[in-house]
Amino acid sequence: MSKARPVPVSAVPDSAGDIEGHFRREYGRCVATLVRFFGDIDIAEEAVQEAFTIAVDRWPASGFPPNPGAWITTTAKNRAIDHLRREASREDKHAQAALIYARDEQNTQDETDEDTAHGTKEQVDPVVQDDRLRLIFTCCHPALARTAQVALTLRLLGGLQTPEIARAFLVPEATMAQRIVRAKRKIKAAAIPYRVPGDAELPDRLDAVLSVVYLIFNEGYVASDGGALVRDDLCAEAIRLARLLAELMPDEPEVLGLLALLLLTQSRRAARIGQDGSLVLLPDQDRSLWDRELIAEGQRLVRACLRRNMPGPYQIQAAINAVHSDAIDAAQTDWSQILRLYDQLLGCAPTQVVALNRAVALAEVDGPSAGLAAVDELDLVGYHPYHAARADLLVRLGQAAAAVPEYEAALAATANSAERRFLEQRKLKAAGLAG
Amino acid sequence: MTQYLLAVHHDEQIPLSPEDMQQSFKDVDAVNSEMQATGAWVFAGGLHPPSTATVVRVTDGKVVTTDGPFAETKEQLGGFWIIEAADLDAALEWAAKATVACRLPVEVRPFEAA
Repeated sequence: MSKARPVPVSAVPDSAGDIEGHFRREYGRCVATLVRFFGDIDIAEEAVQEAFTIAVDRWPASGFPPNPGAWITTTAKNRAIDHLRREASREDKHAQAALIYARDEQNTQDETDEDTAHGTKEQVDPVVQDDRLRLIFTCCHPALARTAQVALTLRLLGGLQTPEIARAFLVPEATMAQRIVRAKRKIKAAAIPYRVPGDAELPDRLDAVLSVVYLIFNEGYVASDGGALVRDDLCAEAIRLARLLAELMPDEPEVLGLLALLLLTQSRRAARIGQDGSLVLLPDQDRSLWDRELIAEGQRLVRACLRRNMPGPYQIQAAINAVHSDAIDAAQTDWSQILRLYDQLLGCAPTQVVALNRAVALAEVDGPSAGLAAVDELDLVGYHPYHAARADLLVRLGQAAAAVPEYEAALAATANSAERRFLEQRKLKAAGLAG
Repeated sequence: MTQYLLAVHHDEQIPLSPEDMQQSFKDVDAVNSEMQATGAWVFAGGLHPPSTATVVRVTDGKVVTTDGPFAETKEQLGGFWIIEAADLDAALEWAAKATVACRLPVEVRPFEAA
Protein backbone atom coordinates (compact mmCIF):
# COMPACT_ATOMS: atom_id res chain seq x y z
CA MET A 1 0.00 0.00 0.00
CA SER A 2 1.31 3.41 -0.90
CA LYS A 3 2.06 5.60 2.09
CA ALA A 4 1.38 8.74 0.07
CA ARG A 5 0.42 11.90 1.93
CA PRO A 6 -1.11 14.96 0.37
CA VAL A 7 2.14 16.42 -0.93
CA PRO A 8 2.95 19.61 -2.80
CA VAL A 9 1.60 20.92 -6.00
CA SER A 10 2.15 19.27 -9.35
CA ALA A 11 -0.47 21.05 -11.39
CA VAL A 12 -3.44 23.22 -10.62
CA PRO A 13 -6.73 21.75 -11.78
CA ASP A 14 -8.39 24.32 -14.01
CA SER A 15 -11.92 23.10 -13.57
CA ALA A 16 -14.22 20.86 -11.59
CA GLY A 17 -14.29 18.74 -14.76
CA ASP A 18 -10.62 17.85 -14.23
CA ILE A 19 -11.38 16.54 -10.78
CA GLU A 20 -14.43 14.72 -12.09
CA GLY A 21 -12.18 13.11 -14.68
CA HIS A 22 -9.95 11.87 -11.88
CA PHE A 23 -13.02 10.68 -10.06
CA ARG A 24 -14.09 8.51 -12.99
CA ARG A 25 -10.56 7.22 -13.60
CA GLU A 26 -9.65 6.52 -9.99
CA TYR A 27 -12.98 5.56 -8.44
CA GLY A 28 -12.81 1.85 -9.23
CA ARG A 29 -9.25 1.46 -8.06
CA CYS A 30 -9.88 3.34 -4.79
CA VAL A 31 -13.14 1.52 -4.03
CA ALA A 32 -11.56 -1.85 -4.82
CA THR A 33 -8.67 -1.20 -2.43
CA LEU A 34 -10.99 -0.05 0.33
CA VAL A 35 -13.30 -3.03 -0.14
CA ARG A 36 -10.29 -5.27 0.46
CA PHE A 37 -9.36 -3.20 3.48
CA PHE A 38 -12.77 -3.02 5.18
CA GLY A 39 -14.52 -6.02 3.65
CA ASP A 40 -17.57 -3.86 3.00
CA ILE A 41 -18.67 -2.16 -0.21
CA ASP A 42 -20.82 0.55 1.41
CA ILE A 43 -18.05 1.66 3.74
CA ALA A 44 -15.65 1.75 0.80
CA GLU A 45 -17.99 3.76 -1.43
CA GLU A 46 -18.93 6.29 1.23
CA ALA A 47 -15.30 6.86 2.20
CA VAL A 48 -14.14 7.30 -1.40
CA GLN A 49 -16.97 9.74 -2.10
CA GLU A 50 -16.06 11.71 0.99
CA ALA A 51 -12.41 11.84 -0.05
CA PHE A 52 -13.42 13.17 -3.47
CA THR A 53 -15.56 15.83 -1.81
CA ILE A 54 -12.48 16.92 0.14
CA ALA A 55 -10.46 16.92 -3.08
CA VAL A 56 -13.01 19.13 -4.84
CA ASP A 57 -12.68 21.57 -1.93
CA ARG A 58 -8.93 21.50 -1.71
CA TRP A 59 -7.34 20.81 -5.07
CA PRO A 60 -8.40 23.98 -6.90
CA ALA A 61 -6.30 25.94 -4.36
CA SER A 62 -3.55 23.44 -3.56
CA GLY A 63 -3.15 21.82 -6.97
CA PHE A 64 -3.18 18.09 -7.67
CA PRO A 65 -1.12 15.91 -5.37
CA PRO A 66 1.57 14.00 -7.31
CA ASN A 67 -0.46 10.79 -7.13
CA PRO A 68 -4.15 11.74 -6.91
CA GLY A 69 -5.34 8.14 -6.76
CA ALA A 70 -3.09 7.29 -3.81
CA TRP A 71 -4.14 10.52 -2.10
CA ILE A 72 -7.81 9.64 -2.48
CA THR A 73 -7.24 6.09 -1.22
CA THR A 74 -5.26 7.19 1.82
CA THR A 75 -7.65 10.01 2.68
CA ALA A 76 -10.67 7.72 2.26
CA LYS A 77 -9.10 5.02 4.41
CA ASN A 78 -8.24 7.47 7.21
CA ARG A 79 -11.69 9.05 7.13
CA ALA A 80 -13.39 5.66 7.22
CA ILE A 81 -11.27 4.56 10.19
CA ASP A 82 -12.18 7.78 12.02
CA HIS A 83 -15.90 7.23 11.39
CA LEU A 84 -15.75 3.57 12.31
CA ARG A 85 -13.90 4.29 15.56
CA ARG A 86 -16.54 6.79 16.56
CA GLU A 87 -19.34 4.36 15.73
CA ALA A 88 -17.53 1.43 17.35
CA SER A 89 -17.20 3.40 20.59
CA ARG A 90 -21.02 3.65 20.55
CA GLU A 91 -21.22 -0.13 20.54
CA ASP A 92 -22.00 -0.34 16.82
CA LYS A 93 -21.27 -4.03 16.15
CA HIS A 94 -21.00 -3.57 12.42
CA ALA A 95 -18.37 -0.82 12.81
CA GLN A 96 -16.46 -2.94 15.31
CA ALA A 97 -16.42 -5.85 12.89
CA ALA A 98 -15.21 -3.63 10.05
CA LEU A 99 -12.38 -2.29 12.22
CA ILE A 100 -11.26 -5.78 13.20
CA TYR A 101 -11.37 -6.75 9.54
CA ALA A 102 -9.28 -3.69 8.65
CA ARG A 103 -6.74 -4.45 11.39
CA ASP A 104 -6.26 -8.02 10.15
CA GLU A 105 -5.94 -6.78 6.61
CA GLN A 106 -3.36 -4.17 7.69
CA ASN A 107 -1.29 -6.87 9.40
CA THR A 108 -1.31 -9.00 6.26
CA GLN A 109 -0.41 -5.91 4.28
CA ASP A 110 2.48 -5.02 6.60
CA GLU A 111 3.92 -8.49 6.12
CA THR A 112 3.64 -8.01 2.38
CA ASP A 113 5.27 -4.59 2.64
CA GLU A 114 8.10 -6.09 4.66
CA ASP A 115 8.60 -8.81 2.08
CA THR A 116 8.61 -6.17 -0.62
CA ALA A 117 11.12 -4.05 1.30
CA HIS A 118 13.43 -7.04 1.63
CA GLY A 119 13.15 -7.75 -2.05
CA THR A 120 11.46 -11.09 -1.49
CA LYS A 121 8.41 -10.01 -3.49
CA GLU A 122 7.97 -8.18 -6.74
CA GLN A 123 8.16 -4.42 -6.47
CA VAL A 124 4.67 -3.88 -7.90
CA ASP A 125 2.45 -5.06 -5.10
CA PRO A 126 0.34 -7.85 -6.59
CA VAL A 127 -2.27 -7.48 -3.84
CA VAL A 128 -3.05 -3.90 -4.80
CA GLN A 129 -2.77 -4.75 -8.47
CA ASP A 130 -5.45 -7.40 -8.10
CA ASP A 131 -7.96 -5.37 -6.11
CA ARG A 132 -10.02 -4.34 -9.11
CA LEU A 133 -9.86 -7.82 -10.55
CA ARG A 134 -11.23 -9.24 -7.30
CA LEU A 135 -13.98 -6.63 -7.25
CA ILE A 136 -15.06 -7.32 -10.83
CA PHE A 137 -15.39 -11.02 -10.01
CA THR A 138 -17.53 -10.11 -7.01
CA CYS A 139 -19.72 -7.85 -9.16
CA CYS A 140 -20.14 -10.58 -11.79
CA HIS A 141 -20.71 -13.46 -9.35
CA PRO A 142 -23.20 -16.00 -10.75
CA ALA A 143 -25.34 -15.66 -7.60
CA LEU A 144 -26.28 -12.16 -8.81
CA ALA A 145 -28.74 -11.55 -11.65
CA ARG A 146 -27.16 -10.41 -14.90
CA THR A 147 -28.85 -6.98 -14.66
CA ALA A 148 -27.38 -6.54 -11.18
CA GLN A 149 -23.94 -7.67 -12.38
CA VAL A 150 -24.00 -5.02 -15.09
CA ALA A 151 -25.20 -2.25 -12.77
CA LEU A 152 -22.68 -3.07 -10.03
CA THR A 153 -19.79 -3.30 -12.47
CA LEU A 154 -20.63 0.11 -13.96
CA ARG A 155 -21.08 1.65 -10.56
CA LEU A 156 -18.17 0.15 -8.61
CA LEU A 157 -15.56 -0.20 -11.35
CA GLY A 158 -16.75 2.41 -13.80
CA GLY A 159 -17.49 5.09 -11.24
CA LEU A 160 -20.85 5.80 -12.91
CA GLN A 161 -23.51 7.23 -10.66
CA THR A 162 -26.81 5.44 -10.26
CA PRO A 163 -28.84 8.04 -12.27
CA GLU A 164 -26.38 7.71 -15.18
CA ILE A 165 -26.69 3.93 -15.16
CA ALA A 166 -30.47 4.20 -14.98
CA ARG A 167 -30.54 6.57 -17.97
CA ALA A 168 -28.22 4.34 -19.97
CA PHE A 169 -30.46 1.31 -19.46
CA LEU A 170 -33.75 3.23 -19.76
CA VAL A 171 -34.82 2.15 -16.30
CA PRO A 172 -36.37 4.51 -13.73
CA GLU A 173 -33.76 5.78 -11.31
CA ALA A 174 -35.57 4.29 -8.31
CA THR A 175 -35.57 0.86 -9.97
CA MET A 176 -31.85 1.02 -10.67
CA ALA A 177 -31.10 2.27 -7.15
CA GLN A 178 -33.16 -0.59 -5.74
CA ARG A 179 -31.33 -3.09 -7.95
CA ILE A 180 -27.93 -1.88 -6.75
CA VAL A 181 -28.94 -1.75 -3.09
CA ARG A 182 -30.34 -5.29 -3.25
CA ALA A 183 -27.23 -6.64 -4.94
CA LYS A 184 -24.94 -5.02 -2.39
CA ARG A 185 -27.12 -6.37 0.42
CA LYS A 186 -26.90 -9.85 -1.04
CA ILE A 187 -23.12 -9.65 -1.39
CA LYS A 188 -22.89 -8.79 2.27
CA ALA A 189 -25.57 -11.11 3.70
CA ALA A 190 -24.66 -14.16 1.66
CA ALA A 191 -20.92 -13.46 1.96
CA ILE A 192 -20.20 -13.44 -1.75
CA PRO A 193 -16.42 -13.58 -1.70
CA TYR A 194 -14.05 -10.90 -2.84
CA ARG A 195 -11.42 -12.84 -4.69
CA VAL A 196 -10.27 -14.06 -8.06
CA PRO A 197 -11.68 -17.57 -8.53
CA GLY A 198 -9.38 -20.59 -8.54
CA ASP A 199 -8.26 -22.30 -11.74
CA ALA A 200 -11.12 -24.81 -11.73
CA GLU A 201 -13.87 -22.17 -11.67
CA LEU A 202 -12.01 -19.48 -13.58
CA PRO A 203 -13.18 -20.29 -17.13
CA ASP A 204 -16.89 -20.10 -16.20
CA ARG A 205 -16.50 -17.10 -13.97
CA LEU A 206 -14.39 -15.24 -16.51
CA ASP A 207 -17.07 -15.94 -19.13
CA ALA A 208 -19.57 -14.09 -16.95
CA VAL A 209 -17.23 -11.11 -16.57
CA LEU A 210 -16.61 -10.95 -20.32
CA SER A 211 -20.36 -11.22 -21.03
CA VAL A 212 -21.03 -8.30 -18.71
CA VAL A 213 -18.42 -6.12 -20.44
CA TYR A 214 -19.72 -7.16 -23.86
CA LEU A 215 -23.30 -6.45 -22.82
CA ILE A 216 -22.34 -2.97 -21.59
CA PHE A 217 -20.67 -2.28 -24.94
CA ASN A 218 -23.56 -3.65 -26.95
CA GLU A 219 -26.10 -1.65 -24.99
CA GLY A 220 -24.14 1.46 -25.96
CA TYR A 221 -23.58 0.39 -29.55
CA VAL A 222 -26.94 -1.00 -30.52
CA ALA A 223 -28.83 1.61 -28.55
CA SER A 224 -32.45 0.52 -28.22
CA ASP A 225 -33.05 4.23 -27.81
CA GLY A 226 -32.14 7.04 -25.47
CA GLY A 227 -29.55 9.79 -25.32
CA ALA A 228 -26.61 9.28 -27.67
CA LEU A 229 -24.20 10.82 -25.19
CA VAL A 230 -24.88 8.34 -22.43
CA ARG A 231 -24.67 5.58 -24.98
CA ASP A 232 -21.23 6.66 -26.16
CA ASP A 233 -20.22 6.62 -22.51
CA LEU A 234 -21.25 2.99 -22.20
CA CYS A 235 -19.07 1.98 -25.16
CA ALA A 236 -16.13 3.93 -23.79
CA GLU A 237 -16.66 2.40 -20.36
CA ALA A 238 -16.83 -1.13 -21.77
CA ILE A 239 -13.58 -0.57 -23.66
CA ARG A 240 -11.97 0.82 -20.53
CA LEU A 241 -13.07 -2.27 -18.58
CA ALA A 242 -11.83 -4.57 -21.34
CA ARG A 243 -8.47 -2.76 -21.33
CA LEU A 244 -8.30 -3.15 -17.56
CA LEU A 245 -9.02 -6.88 -17.82
CA ALA A 246 -6.42 -7.25 -20.56
CA GLU A 247 -3.89 -5.49 -18.34
CA LEU A 248 -4.75 -7.62 -15.30
CA MET A 249 -5.16 -10.95 -17.11
CA PRO A 250 -2.75 -10.68 -20.06
CA ASP A 251 -2.53 -14.47 -20.40
CA GLU A 252 -6.23 -15.02 -21.08
CA PRO A 253 -6.65 -15.02 -24.87
CA GLU A 254 -10.41 -14.49 -24.70
CA VAL A 255 -9.84 -11.29 -22.70
CA LEU A 256 -7.61 -10.00 -25.50
CA GLY A 257 -10.16 -11.26 -28.02
CA LEU A 258 -12.95 -9.29 -26.36
CA LEU A 259 -10.86 -6.11 -26.27
CA ALA A 260 -9.97 -6.57 -29.96
CA LEU A 261 -13.63 -7.17 -30.85
CA LEU A 262 -14.76 -4.02 -29.04
CA LEU A 263 -12.01 -1.87 -30.58
CA LEU A 264 -12.70 -3.09 -34.12
CA THR A 265 -16.46 -2.63 -33.71
CA GLN A 266 -15.99 0.82 -32.19
CA SER A 267 -13.67 1.81 -35.07
CA ARG A 268 -16.69 1.84 -37.40
CA ARG A 269 -18.95 3.81 -35.11
CA ALA A 270 -18.78 7.11 -37.02
CA ALA A 271 -19.64 5.37 -40.31
CA ARG A 272 -22.47 3.32 -38.91
CA ILE A 273 -25.18 5.96 -38.76
CA GLY A 274 -25.93 8.05 -41.87
CA GLN A 275 -26.66 11.79 -41.90
CA ASP A 276 -30.39 11.08 -41.86
CA GLY A 277 -29.94 9.01 -38.73
CA SER A 278 -30.48 5.66 -40.41
CA LEU A 279 -28.30 2.61 -39.99
CA VAL A 280 -25.59 2.15 -42.64
CA LEU A 281 -24.60 -1.47 -43.27
CA LEU A 282 -20.96 -2.49 -43.66
CA PRO A 283 -20.90 -2.62 -47.49
CA ASP A 284 -22.32 0.90 -47.74
CA GLN A 285 -20.18 2.54 -45.06
CA ASP A 286 -17.78 5.39 -45.86
CA ARG A 287 -14.58 3.60 -44.88
CA SER A 288 -12.64 6.86 -44.64
CA LEU A 289 -14.64 7.46 -41.46
CA TRP A 290 -13.25 4.32 -39.83
CA ASP A 291 -10.87 4.98 -36.96
CA ARG A 292 -7.50 3.70 -38.17
CA GLU A 293 -5.88 3.79 -34.75
CA LEU A 294 -8.51 1.56 -33.20
CA ILE A 295 -8.28 -0.78 -36.19
CA ALA A 296 -4.49 -1.01 -35.88
CA GLU A 297 -4.73 -1.77 -32.18
CA GLY A 298 -7.50 -4.33 -32.69
CA GLN A 299 -5.62 -6.06 -35.48
CA ARG A 300 -2.45 -6.21 -33.40
CA LEU A 301 -4.42 -7.97 -30.68
CA VAL A 302 -6.00 -10.38 -33.17
CA ARG A 303 -2.54 -11.30 -34.47
CA ALA A 304 -1.31 -11.84 -30.91
CA CYS A 305 -4.29 -14.18 -30.32
CA LEU A 306 -3.60 -16.09 -33.52
CA ARG A 307 -0.01 -16.69 -32.42
CA ARG A 308 -1.28 -18.20 -29.18
CA ASN A 309 -3.63 -20.49 -31.05
CA MET A 310 -6.16 -20.95 -28.25
CA PRO A 311 -9.24 -19.75 -30.15
CA GLY A 312 -12.52 -18.83 -28.48
CA PRO A 313 -15.73 -17.05 -29.52
CA TYR A 314 -14.52 -13.49 -28.80
CA GLN A 315 -11.23 -14.03 -30.59
CA ILE A 316 -12.95 -15.48 -33.65
CA GLN A 317 -15.48 -12.64 -33.79
CA ALA A 318 -12.58 -10.20 -33.50
CA ALA A 319 -10.81 -11.99 -36.36
CA ILE A 320 -13.95 -11.70 -38.53
CA ASN A 321 -14.03 -7.97 -37.82
CA ALA A 322 -10.32 -7.73 -38.57
CA VAL A 323 -10.92 -9.26 -42.01
CA HIS A 324 -13.59 -6.62 -42.71
CA SER A 325 -11.21 -3.90 -41.53
CA ASP A 326 -8.57 -5.14 -43.99
CA ALA A 327 -10.74 -4.49 -47.06
CA ILE A 328 -10.24 -1.10 -48.74
CA ASP A 329 -13.80 -1.34 -50.04
CA ALA A 330 -16.63 -3.84 -49.62
CA ALA A 331 -15.80 -5.59 -52.91
CA GLN A 332 -12.32 -6.45 -51.61
CA THR A 333 -13.70 -8.29 -48.58
CA ASP A 334 -12.20 -11.76 -48.21
CA TRP A 335 -15.52 -13.55 -47.73
CA SER A 336 -14.04 -17.06 -47.98
CA GLN A 337 -11.89 -16.33 -44.97
CA ILE A 338 -14.89 -14.86 -43.14
CA LEU A 339 -16.91 -17.97 -43.97
CA ARG A 340 -14.13 -20.21 -42.61
CA LEU A 341 -14.07 -18.13 -39.42
CA TYR A 342 -17.85 -18.46 -39.05
CA ASP A 343 -17.52 -22.22 -39.48
CA GLN A 344 -14.98 -22.19 -36.66
CA LEU A 345 -17.21 -19.94 -34.54
CA LEU A 346 -20.17 -22.25 -35.12
CA GLY A 347 -17.97 -25.07 -33.84
CA CYS A 348 -17.41 -23.42 -30.47
CA ALA A 349 -20.62 -21.35 -30.21
CA PRO A 350 -23.30 -23.31 -32.08
CA THR A 351 -26.16 -20.81 -31.85
CA GLN A 352 -28.81 -19.89 -34.39
CA VAL A 353 -27.58 -16.29 -34.43
CA VAL A 354 -24.06 -17.39 -35.40
CA ALA A 355 -25.60 -19.68 -38.03
CA LEU A 356 -27.51 -16.69 -39.45
CA ASN A 357 -24.30 -14.67 -39.78
CA ARG A 358 -22.62 -17.64 -41.38
CA ALA A 359 -25.49 -17.91 -43.88
CA VAL A 360 -24.97 -14.24 -44.84
CA ALA A 361 -21.26 -14.93 -45.43
CA LEU A 362 -22.18 -18.05 -47.40
CA ALA A 363 -24.39 -15.94 -49.69
CA GLU A 364 -21.32 -13.81 -50.51
CA VAL A 365 -19.20 -16.88 -51.34
CA ASP A 366 -21.69 -19.27 -52.99
CA GLY A 367 -24.44 -16.85 -54.05
CA PRO A 368 -27.79 -15.71 -52.60
CA SER A 369 -29.71 -18.95 -53.19
CA ALA A 370 -27.18 -20.96 -51.13
CA GLY A 371 -27.45 -18.24 -48.47
CA LEU A 372 -31.25 -18.31 -48.49
CA ALA A 373 -31.31 -22.10 -48.23
CA ALA A 374 -29.11 -21.86 -45.13
CA VAL A 375 -31.24 -19.04 -43.66
CA ASP A 376 -34.41 -21.06 -44.20
CA GLU A 377 -33.08 -23.87 -42.03
CA LEU A 378 -33.11 -21.53 -39.04
CA ASP A 379 -35.88 -20.96 -36.55
CA LEU A 380 -35.43 -17.29 -35.73
CA VAL A 381 -38.88 -15.86 -36.44
CA GLY A 382 -39.22 -12.57 -34.54
CA TYR A 383 -35.46 -11.85 -34.57
CA HIS A 384 -35.25 -8.79 -36.79
CA PRO A 385 -31.81 -9.49 -38.35
CA TYR A 386 -33.19 -12.84 -39.53
CA HIS A 387 -36.10 -11.20 -41.37
CA ALA A 388 -33.83 -8.45 -42.72
CA ALA A 389 -31.29 -10.98 -44.02
CA ARG A 390 -34.03 -13.09 -45.59
CA ALA A 391 -35.56 -10.00 -47.23
CA ASP A 392 -32.20 -8.90 -48.62
CA LEU A 393 -31.50 -12.34 -50.11
CA LEU A 394 -34.99 -12.45 -51.66
CA VAL A 395 -34.40 -9.07 -53.32
CA ARG A 396 -31.08 -10.27 -54.69
CA LEU A 397 -32.82 -13.34 -56.08
CA GLY A 398 -35.36 -11.14 -57.90
CA GLN A 399 -38.20 -11.96 -55.51
CA ALA A 400 -38.83 -8.41 -54.31
CA ALA A 401 -42.55 -9.00 -53.72
CA ALA A 402 -41.73 -11.75 -51.19
CA ALA A 403 -39.19 -9.44 -49.53
CA VAL A 404 -41.78 -6.78 -48.56
CA PRO A 405 -43.52 -8.83 -45.83
CA GLU A 406 -40.09 -9.90 -44.53
CA TYR A 407 -39.12 -6.25 -44.10
CA GLU A 408 -42.44 -5.72 -42.34
CA ALA A 409 -41.67 -8.60 -39.97
CA ALA A 410 -38.24 -7.09 -39.29
CA LEU A 411 -39.80 -3.68 -38.58
CA ALA A 412 -42.29 -5.23 -36.20
CA ALA A 413 -39.39 -6.73 -34.25
CA THR A 414 -37.20 -3.68 -33.57
CA ALA A 415 -37.72 -0.39 -31.76
CA ASN A 416 -34.32 1.04 -32.64
CA SER A 417 -34.93 4.22 -34.66
CA ALA A 418 -31.78 3.97 -36.83
CA GLU A 419 -32.59 0.38 -37.74
CA ARG A 420 -36.23 1.23 -38.40
CA ARG A 421 -35.29 4.03 -40.79
CA PHE A 422 -32.98 1.69 -42.64
CA LEU A 423 -35.62 -1.04 -42.88
CA GLU A 424 -38.32 1.41 -44.04
CA GLN A 425 -36.06 2.56 -46.88
CA ARG A 426 -35.31 -1.01 -47.90
CA LYS A 427 -38.96 -1.94 -47.77
CA LEU A 428 -39.92 0.97 -50.03
CA LYS A 429 -37.21 -0.02 -52.48
CA ALA A 430 -38.39 -3.64 -52.52
CA ALA A 431 -41.99 -2.52 -52.99
CA GLY A 432 -40.85 -0.33 -55.92
CA LEU A 433 -39.00 -3.25 -57.52
CA ALA A 434 -42.00 -5.50 -57.06
CA GLY A 435 -44.04 -2.89 -58.98
CA MET B 1 -17.96 -17.84 8.91
CA THR B 2 -21.57 -17.64 7.82
CA GLN B 3 -24.32 -20.16 8.40
CA TYR B 4 -26.39 -21.14 5.39
CA LEU B 5 -29.66 -22.98 4.95
CA LEU B 6 -29.59 -25.45 2.07
CA ALA B 7 -33.31 -25.99 1.45
CA VAL B 8 -34.35 -28.93 -0.70
CA HIS B 9 -37.28 -28.18 -2.98
CA HIS B 10 -39.35 -31.27 -3.37
CA ASP B 11 -41.96 -31.85 -6.08
CA GLU B 12 -44.21 -34.79 -5.23
CA GLN B 13 -45.41 -35.01 -8.81
CA ILE B 14 -41.98 -36.15 -9.97
CA PRO B 15 -41.34 -39.41 -8.08
CA LEU B 16 -38.00 -41.25 -8.18
CA SER B 17 -37.86 -44.96 -8.99
CA PRO B 18 -37.27 -47.12 -5.88
CA GLU B 19 -33.71 -47.90 -7.07
CA ASP B 20 -32.90 -44.21 -7.61
CA MET B 21 -34.42 -43.46 -4.23
CA GLN B 22 -32.16 -46.03 -2.53
CA GLN B 23 -29.09 -44.69 -4.33
CA SER B 24 -30.10 -41.13 -3.43
CA PHE B 25 -30.31 -42.04 0.27
CA LYS B 26 -26.79 -43.48 0.10
CA ASP B 27 -25.47 -40.41 -1.71
CA VAL B 28 -27.06 -38.06 0.82
CA ASP B 29 -25.50 -40.11 3.65
CA ALA B 30 -22.11 -39.71 2.00
CA VAL B 31 -22.56 -35.91 1.75
CA ASN B 32 -23.65 -35.81 5.40
CA SER B 33 -20.55 -37.73 6.48
CA GLU B 34 -18.33 -35.43 4.47
CA MET B 35 -19.96 -32.34 6.00
CA GLN B 36 -19.48 -33.77 9.47
CA ALA B 37 -15.86 -34.72 8.81
CA THR B 38 -14.96 -31.22 7.58
CA GLY B 39 -16.86 -29.37 10.29
CA ALA B 40 -19.32 -27.73 7.88
CA TRP B 41 -22.28 -29.64 9.36
CA VAL B 42 -24.57 -27.85 11.81
CA PHE B 43 -27.85 -29.72 11.43
CA ALA B 44 -29.90 -31.48 8.77
CA GLY B 45 -33.09 -33.40 8.31
CA GLY B 46 -35.60 -34.72 5.83
CA LEU B 47 -39.25 -33.81 6.28
CA HIS B 48 -42.44 -35.87 6.04
CA PRO B 49 -44.66 -34.82 3.11
CA PRO B 50 -46.66 -31.54 3.24
CA SER B 51 -49.85 -33.56 3.92
CA THR B 52 -48.51 -34.03 7.47
CA ALA B 53 -48.18 -30.28 8.02
CA THR B 54 -50.24 -28.19 10.43
CA VAL B 55 -50.35 -24.38 10.40
CA VAL B 56 -50.84 -22.29 13.53
CA ARG B 57 -51.61 -18.58 13.25
CA VAL B 58 -53.25 -15.74 15.15
CA THR B 59 -56.65 -14.73 13.72
CA ASP B 60 -58.71 -12.03 15.47
CA GLY B 61 -56.50 -12.29 18.52
CA LYS B 62 -56.99 -16.05 18.78
CA VAL B 63 -54.56 -18.81 17.96
CA VAL B 64 -56.13 -20.97 15.25
CA THR B 65 -54.83 -24.35 14.10
CA THR B 66 -55.52 -25.61 10.57
CA ASP B 67 -54.58 -28.65 8.54
CA GLY B 68 -52.18 -28.49 5.62
CA PRO B 69 -49.07 -26.67 4.49
CA PHE B 70 -48.92 -22.88 4.61
CA ALA B 71 -48.95 -22.52 0.84
CA GLU B 72 -50.57 -24.97 -1.57
CA THR B 73 -47.74 -24.97 -4.10
CA LYS B 74 -46.40 -27.75 -6.25
CA GLU B 75 -42.95 -27.44 -4.71
CA GLN B 76 -42.58 -27.79 -0.97
CA LEU B 77 -39.70 -27.90 1.47
CA GLY B 78 -38.59 -31.53 1.47
CA GLY B 79 -35.66 -31.26 3.82
CA PHE B 80 -32.68 -29.09 4.62
CA TRP B 81 -29.14 -28.76 5.77
CA ILE B 82 -27.73 -26.02 7.93
CA ILE B 83 -24.04 -25.61 7.28
CA GLU B 84 -21.26 -23.27 8.22
CA ALA B 85 -19.03 -22.01 5.43
CA ALA B 86 -16.37 -19.36 4.89
CA ASP B 87 -18.28 -17.66 2.10
CA LEU B 88 -20.96 -18.19 -0.53
CA ASP B 89 -18.59 -20.00 -2.89
CA ALA B 90 -17.86 -22.59 -0.20
CA ALA B 91 -21.60 -22.91 0.55
CA LEU B 92 -22.36 -23.33 -3.17
CA GLU B 93 -19.84 -26.15 -3.37
CA TRP B 94 -21.77 -28.00 -0.65
CA ALA B 95 -25.04 -27.16 -2.38
CA ALA B 96 -23.69 -28.66 -5.60
CA LYS B 97 -22.89 -31.92 -3.81
CA ALA B 98 -26.27 -31.80 -2.06
CA THR B 99 -28.32 -31.34 -5.23
CA VAL B 100 -26.45 -34.14 -7.00
CA ALA B 101 -27.04 -36.46 -4.04
CA CYS B 102 -30.74 -35.73 -3.44
CA ARG B 103 -31.64 -35.24 -7.14
CA LEU B 104 -33.62 -32.10 -6.28
CA PRO B 105 -33.01 -28.36 -6.55
CA VAL B 106 -31.39 -26.78 -3.50
CA GLU B 107 -31.88 -23.16 -2.44
CA VAL B 108 -29.02 -21.54 -0.54
CA ARG B 109 -29.82 -18.80 1.96
CA PRO B 110 -27.62 -17.09 4.51
CA PHE B 111 -28.74 -16.88 8.11
CA GLU B 112 -28.78 -13.46 9.72
CA ALA B 113 -25.79 -12.96 11.97
CA ALA B 114 -26.60 -14.08 15.52
